[in-house]
Amino acid sequence: MRLPDLFRLGAIASAVAFASLGYAQKTQLTVYTALETDQIKAYEQGFYKAVPDIEIKWVRDSTGVVTAKLLAEKANPQADVIWGVAASSLALLDQQGMLDPYAPANLAAIAPQYRDPKNPPAWWGMDVYGATICYNTVEGKKKNVPKPESWADLLKPAYKGQIVMPNPASSGTGYFDVVAWLQMMGDDNGKGGGWKYMDSLHDNIAQYTHSGSKPCNMAAAGEYVVGITFEYRGHKNKAQGAPIDLVFPKEGLGWDLESFAIHKGTKKLAAAKKLADWASSKDAMALYGKNFAVTAQPGVAEKLANIPADYESRLIKMNFNYAAANRERILAEWNKRYDVKSEKK
Amino acid sequence: MEASLSLAAAPVRQKTHWTERIAHVVLAGIALVLLCFLAMPLAAILVKSVQGKDGELVWFAHFIDYARTPSLFSSLWNSIWVSGLVTLITVPLAFIFAYALHRSCMPFKKLLRGITLIPLLAPSLLSAISLIYWFGNQGVLKSLLQALGFDQIYGAVGIVFAECFATFPHALMILVTALTLADARLYEAADALGTSKLRKFFTVTLPGAKYGIISAALVTFTLVITDFGIPKVIGGSFNVLATDVFKLVIGQQDFAKGAVVAILLLCPAVLTFAVDHFVSRKQTAMLTARAVPFRPRPSRGFDALMTGYCVFIAIMMLAMLGMAIFASFATFWPYNLTPSLKHYIYGLIDNEVAEGFVNSLKMAFGTATFGTAMVFLGAYLLAKTKGASWVRTPVRLLAMLPMAVPGLVLGLGYIFFFNAPENPLNGLYHTITLLTLCTIVHFYTTGHLTASTALKSLDDEFEAVGASLKVPWYKTFFRVTLPICSPALVDIARYFFVNAMTTISAVVFLYSPETKVASIAILNMDEAGEISPAAAMAVLIAATCAVGTLLFSALGWWVDRRAQAWRTSSR
Repeated sequence: MRLPDLFRLGAIASAVAFASLGYAQKTQLTVYTALETDQIKAYEQGFYKAVPDIEIKWVRDSTGVVTAKLLAEKANPQADVIWGVAASSLALLDQQGMLDPYAPANLAAIAPQYRDPKNPPAWWGMDVYGATICYNTVEGKKKNVPKPESWADLLKPAYKGQIVMPNPASSGTGYFDVVAWLQMMGDDNGKGGGWKYMDSLHDNIAQYTHSGSKPCNMAAAGEYVVGITFEYRGHKNKAQGAPIDLVFPKEGLGWDLESFAIHKGTKKLAAAKKLADWASSKDAMALYGKNFAVTAQPGVAEKLANIPADYESRLIKMNFNYAAANRERILAEWNKRYDVKSEKK
Repeated sequence: MEASLSLAAAPVRQKTHWTERIAHVVLAGIALVLLCFLAMPLAAILVKSVQGKDGELVWFAHFIDYARTPSLFSSLWNSIWVSGLVTLITVPLAFIFAYALHRSCMPFKKLLRGITLIPLLAPSLLSAISLIYWFGNQGVLKSLLQALGFDQIYGAVGIVFAECFATFPHALMILVTALTLADARLYEAADALGTSKLRKFFTVTLPGAKYGIISAALVTFTLVITDFGIPKVIGGSFNVLATDVFKLVIGQQDFAKGAVVAILLLCPAVLTFAVDHFVSRKQTAMLTARAVPFRPRPSRGFDALMTGYCVFIAIMMLAMLGMAIFASFATFWPYNLTPSLKHYIYGLIDNEVAEGFVNSLKMAFGTATFGTAMVFLGAYLLAKTKGASWVRTPVRLLAMLPMAVPGLVLGLGYIFFFNAPENPLNGLYHTITLLTLCTIVHFYTTGHLTASTALKSLDDEFEAVGASLKVPWYKTFFRVTLPICSPALVDIARYFFVNAMTTISAVVFLYSPETKVASIAILNMDEAGEISPAAAMAVLIAATCAVGTLLFSALGWWVDRRAQAWRTSSR
């Protein structure tokens, strides 16, 4: 333990204490989000700089949980705004009539494939997060598990018990993986090639995790060799010195959008619109672009180390209405097949 | 009202004094609280389980649907055998420990007892996190695990192991209370008759502690079957009912089916109530007004054996906490073990757990104060006052019920019930008040059992004598019962405090941004795979609880000195 660490802790703690003194008078917006905690800070600061008289109260959880919470509270909504939740979830909320369509100031700049096609849109995207595999090079060498290049590679016997992937029921990342495999290889109500692929993959899976970050964190810590995850967590872990390589399977990558929507019935519509305007602005997009390679407004994102330049072209064409409308059926089928992974010895 | 009606109908009966009516009103008040914050939310789950998406009645469609899922029976069976196994391991272990504390002259009793409280001090998933560091795929002792024939810690092995740690203090607390109350005269009589040690154990000690053992077993079983933190962290793909609820509700957003599993999990409650009812009728007061407190005599071999055993358990407990502390300071487990404060800074600042701590403390103090008052008063009025029988059975049932209600289910019920706009209590939703009430209700049973066990061991003659001297019940309560039971009271308050600090399951659905508590933040971090910061924050909670416990111990010591002088034993 170094002394500067202690000083830093103290300084930050007192800064936080001071900041919390100036509470009270501002308009408070309750924002539900599935953003990573380390991202929230930067976005929040950016917004406060632009619009000082609104304060955000965050409710953060993984995509499945936030969606569940929103649906559970349908009769008595608590959220004013949903900022940073999967487009497939927001499409589902829209189908339930829970969103208030609004065209934010910078809507024109947002690429058409990254927003709700309706006008005004019920939701619009901020940035793309897509499938990535974290591969632990140290453990891979030790256990003689080769680096995978494709989704098909993961079916090889060498990977048995070495792969972790997120549970699609709780994780947005897990859900777009499943939807992407179904779109690429066929769904056909449980009989398609996508299901056959997952049947075989299931034999090699060691654990299904709650969140999309956890597989990469587990791979980074060497608990397992291969973690199916999304690129932000992989990029972050590699930057922190984890012995991992990022793999972008060559068949194509599933993805979803971190998206923005205003909850229907909010009592703070004016403030919500202000937030929407800022969240769609180029400044905000630039902040998203620090974490993600592809932003909804094209050409804003910085080049991220560890993420290939042609990342966007590797993404498959996702159908969000399909993903939202079939969510219940797909998850039920998935659970029927793979939820019981015990007692096979 | 009813009391006065029956009075008119049966004039021969003893006159109901007005002070007894106060007792009835207080009891009715407790019944009302339990009704609003336990029965109604659970009823809301029942309603939800037979309703379709638009609120129409679908009867048992969800149940039939669920019974058809192949995962049901494996989860059900997993839950039952894991809980059973943990009970079979934990209760004897805890019993021997409690026995050593009260029936031997081993040294360092206070210290050893204190160490066994460690698992209570942090969210139950701390033991699971530690086990991953000890026995996970990068674990320090993974080879030992494999030598024992287990392939990996994730799964049933990890759950059983971690649950034994997590439930040990709960079982111990009940068993210690049960063994405290021994009448030395019975042992003297046995000695006079030349009874062997073994026979004394089986004919005097065990029967005397029978009620405590059964309570401990029931509490352990239901704690395990309803815990979802540990299976979630270390269960891997081993499904149990509690994690099923979590997955159904959170992952699939299937509230109706979650309600169905919730109802399945409520079955043990019925069993618990039946067993408790049966046993308590057979239980007679152990400690009569004429009892002489038992005082153990030194016996070198036995004391050494007991010390060895307790030290072993204590070392296991310390190893569990120690590993979490070590890992929380490691920069990047397992590749860079240089100590740093990185995970603490990340947890407190970036994850805003610092604010969560303030909320946790508010909730814990509220729970300890109001919870203890309510639990003890309820238990006292049930055990020692008469009349108003129409309210007794419901209170008794409601007091036993929380033990078998998984926190997650209770939380789910709270959403259904308190989030309905037409509910006049709707304003409580998301407040610390509701979190506190939820926590009191969630942990009501253990407190209630502790209070009841302590009260049952007091002869009813105290009240009878009080009544014949025309002393109102509350004077007897404040002058005799309360002081005698003060150690149990401090125990209950401490139990509420640490559980409020560490609970996850009940409040996971009920917090808002301002009322997010520290333990929830830890769960979220573990879900995200940020296991080191999760360990760091769990260690901080443990430290907070340790300070709290020390304060309670000081209080206990002070109370003990003032009120327990009549017991000449070396308590």
